[in-house]
Amino acid sequence: MSARTRGGLINLLIVLAVAALAVAPLAMGAGDGEEEPFAGADGRAETVIAEHDPDYEPWFSPLYEPPSGEIESALFALQAALGAGVLGYCFGVVRTKRRLTATQGAKRRADGDG
Amino acid sequence: MHIAEGYLPVSHAIAWSVAAAPFVVHGVVTLSRRVAADPESKLLLGACGAFCFVLSALKIPSVTGSCSHPTGTGLGAVLFRPPIMTVLGTITLVFQALLLAHGGLTTLGANVFSMAVIGPWVGYGGYLLTRRLGLLPAVFAGAFAADLVTYCVTSAQLALAFPDPQGGFAGALAKFGGVFAVTQLPLAVSEGLLTVLVVRLLRTSAAADLIRLGVLRGREKAVAS
Repeated sequence: MSARTRGGLINLLIVLAVAALAVAPLAMGAGDGEEEPFAGADGRAETVIAEHDPDYEPWFSPLYEPPSGEIESALFALQAALGAGVLGYCFGVVRTKRRLTATQGAKRRADGDG
Repeated sequence: MHIAEGYLPVSHAIAWSVAAAPFVVHGVVTLSRRVAADPESKLLLGACGAFCFVLSALKIPSVTGSCSHPTGTGLGAVLFRPPIMTVLGTITLVFQALLLAHGGLTTLGANVFSMAVIGPWVGYGGYLLTRRLGLLPAVFAGAFAADLVTYCVTSAQLALAFPDPQGGFAGALAKFGGVFAVTQLPLAVSEGLLTVLVVRLLRTSAAADLIRLGVLRGREKAVAS
């Protein structure tokens, strides 16, 4: 196996491990018996706050609140898409740069002036 | 998962903002100097900010039966040092507070302090301590530590504001820790793995940049490629 194939295989295994870590709690049924399975941890924290200090009222509310769960998830998807797009662009640039320097170097050696 | 809007008493909100502000200012100064001195680093700076953006948007189920998201601050802390990561993390938190009603403006100081100050610094420390074991193990340790410690700090911040009527600060810390830190454990492993993946890809395609940033040493390059 060449070093490149091996490298690609390791990357694939890393991605699979991350996917397995995300799916395992669902497969194990970790949310079974919960009132709201797999709700956000911040919501759980609000429950603990209400237990400790039942009179506490949040004194400020968000300036803008997504009107529905769908719009909220759309905005989260937008955030992920923006990040992934920029990340993909950066990888494209560094790969192309490396390829160009490699071909230029080979050409210079072939021309006999490198 | 950050502290929600309005969920810290006024005095705490102000105190955390005051605590976080100098780090953000110092970070902005460091970042602008860095970009002026080394314009080539803009590309990888963008990559670190983008990585933080993606990871903070991914809500992942955990063993506690609730969901949380990674922070993505380990990568930037390792590549560009913590002060610069403070700026990138703050941008992500402001975006989420303004558009997603996630976190908040009154809790921004506390959330910046946990995710964009303590997280990157502890992650960078973990990276330095384990660096002699090799680049990738150190990157994993750094990203794992940055992720997990962020939520330990969040738990402590909430425990300070809302101590347990019986157990006091320690009792509340255990409860909030159970909500945040335990949930975060598998996510921190995922974040460590994803950060290792990005650094592996960068090592192949941008080894020269990693050497310039001082992350990769010249003699390690031969082993890597």
